[in-house]
Amino acid sequence: MVTVLARAGLWLVVLFLAVIGVALAADGGFAIHMTIVALAALLAVWFTVRSADYTAIARGILKMPDQGKYDDDPIRWGIIATVFWGVVGFGAGVFIAAQLAWPALNLEPYLNFSRLRPLHTSAVIFAFGGNALIATSFYVVQRTCRARLALPGLARFVFWGYQLFIVLAATGYVLGISQGKEYAEPEWYVDWWLTIVWVCYLAVFVMTIVKRSEPHIYVANWFYLSFIITVAMLHVVNNLDVPVSFVGSKSYPLFGGVQGALVQWWYGHNAVGFFLTAGFLAMMYYFVPKQAERPVYSYRLSIIHFWSLIFLYIWAGPHHLHYTALPDWAQTLGMVFSIMLWMPSWGGMINGLMTLNGAWDKIRTDPIIRMMVMALAFYGMSTFEGPMMSVKTVNSLSHYTNWTIGHVHSGALGWNGMITFGAVYYLVPRLWGRERLYSVRMVNWHFWCATIGIVFYAASMWVAGITQGLMWREYGADGYLVNTFADAVAAIHPMYIARTFGGLLYLLGGAFMVVNVWQTIAGKLRAEAPLHNAAYDPEADKPIVAAAAVH
Amino acid sequence: MSSHSTYDMLRHLADSWGLLAMLVVFLVLVAWPFRPGNRHRNDEAATMIFKDENDG
Repeated sequence: MVTVLARAGLWLVVLFLAVIGVALAADGGFAIHMTIVALAALLAVWFTVRSADYTAIARGILKMPDQGKYDDDPIRWGIIATVFWGVVGFGAGVFIAAQLAWPALNLEPYLNFSRLRPLHTSAVIFAFGGNALIATSFYVVQRTCRARLALPGLARFVFWGYQLFIVLAATGYVLGISQGKEYAEPEWYVDWWLTIVWVCYLAVFVMTIVKRSEPHIYVANWFYLSFIITVAMLHVVNNLDVPVSFVGSKSYPLFGGVQGALVQWWYGHNAVGFFLTAGFLAMMYYFVPKQAERPVYSYRLSIIHFWSLIFLYIWAGPHHLHYTALPDWAQTLGMVFSIMLWMPSWGGMINGLMTLNGAWDKIRTDPIIRMMVMALAFYGMSTFEGPMMSVKTVNSLSHYTNWTIGHVHSGALGWNGMITFGAVYYLVPRLWGRERLYSVRMVNWHFWCATIGIVFYAASMWVAGITQGLMWREYGADGYLVNTFADAVAAIHPMYIARTFGGLLYLLGGAFMVVNVWQTIAGKLRAEAPLHNAAYDPEADKPIVAAAAVH
Repeated sequence: MSSHSTYDMLRHLADSWGLLAMLVVFLVLVAWPFRPGNRHRNDEAATMIFKDENDG
């Protein structure tokens, strides 16, 4: 009872502060945000002092089985959130791709490209990817430690607090509230909120490891832990801001000029390195061996490439600032470390792919394994492309062009997307106690839509990027640039349309996932032929005896 | 200490003892799984996720 009162009291304080924030707001955006916070706090008070068991009601609506050996409710919510935000993020991506191809779609001021672009990136990276990481980390840490979540209340706060962060970030972009720093757009108060949520996430994760009954900490947990700790550090340092007013949405960063740029890209590249790489490698190290039913190819290699990624990634950021005011030695340092990163990245790819050693037939028979293998193949391709693009001479052609966009998407759609889909398809039947997915064939449709979509996307952006790079640097005999900027834009217009089509295919794959997950949760099974039906003929299964060999 | 001499001190630390310390720590961590008799422990760690098939 005392804890219930204390919790309700805490939420009342938040509610009170939010209402003051609305009353004294220096700008309209801040007032709207504080209204959202007040509503969230009000809901939190309501659920804290509830008399009804809302968890049980939600469990009924979402057809979730009763709690078993492990605390799986927040994971089930997390998987639903992952699928939901995924489709929202892909949809936003298709829309902004269409805006670039057909500028009339820019609906001023709320739905123009510059406001929807961070909405898209945050929705796919932080909402889709972040929810997938939080949910799978809670799943994996419990199974590999053989322990229930240490702080169940806090785990639920992490889930809902993270959703509030997403809503505040997304509405902020549409309202024009932004720090203007790539992947770190949310303003100071949203950053503070995320810091609180993230520290709670760290606490839940670490305390579950501390109470484990398994002596060894499985390697996936190392990757998850490095992701949580490093993202905390990056987020805090890159968001050291001075608010203009404590009741306003505007702030200014502590670091200015080239120092600010370096801090931003130290953050930005390590968001790639620790959020989109280490966290998703953690998923790979649990779900690929489980789905393949084979242990990871080399446990030693997993440890070596873990430490190599940790020690190298943190220095690679300056490659985002080639040929800028950043000192030359720092640019070269960033380039050299980026090239060195190639090896540990491929260490992870090889370890994942070779886990299928002796079970390669599963690629033919199991579309979930097929997705995971495609994810690892794209991880390998994009971690080869990245170091190559960080070389200064290559970067002088590729920087500021659509090649970068293509590179990012072969990593994000190919690696992060595919491995997440694989994990979702692995988890849903298990978490809802179903015999199998609603449809395994639908996973296959998803696989092909996504793969062909990525091929359209990456190929069109390579062509567009190299076209731009070559047109921008073309000088005539008179020493003047040959092309105007608008010439380069007109030249890549067909590529923008091809890219939109690729994104649309990827979104269609996501729609198949929604149907499949929905029906699996509803407990339905699609009547379908099994995916694999190669007939076995024992008569034909014998070596051919060569005539000459018989003496 | 003036800000320039702080910068100078940190910069020299970074490319001498700091660099050496990082390198040594890295090499120890990478060599750790190769210490004698560790093959068995690695195999056990790699297969522990299959110990029970109860997914909760």
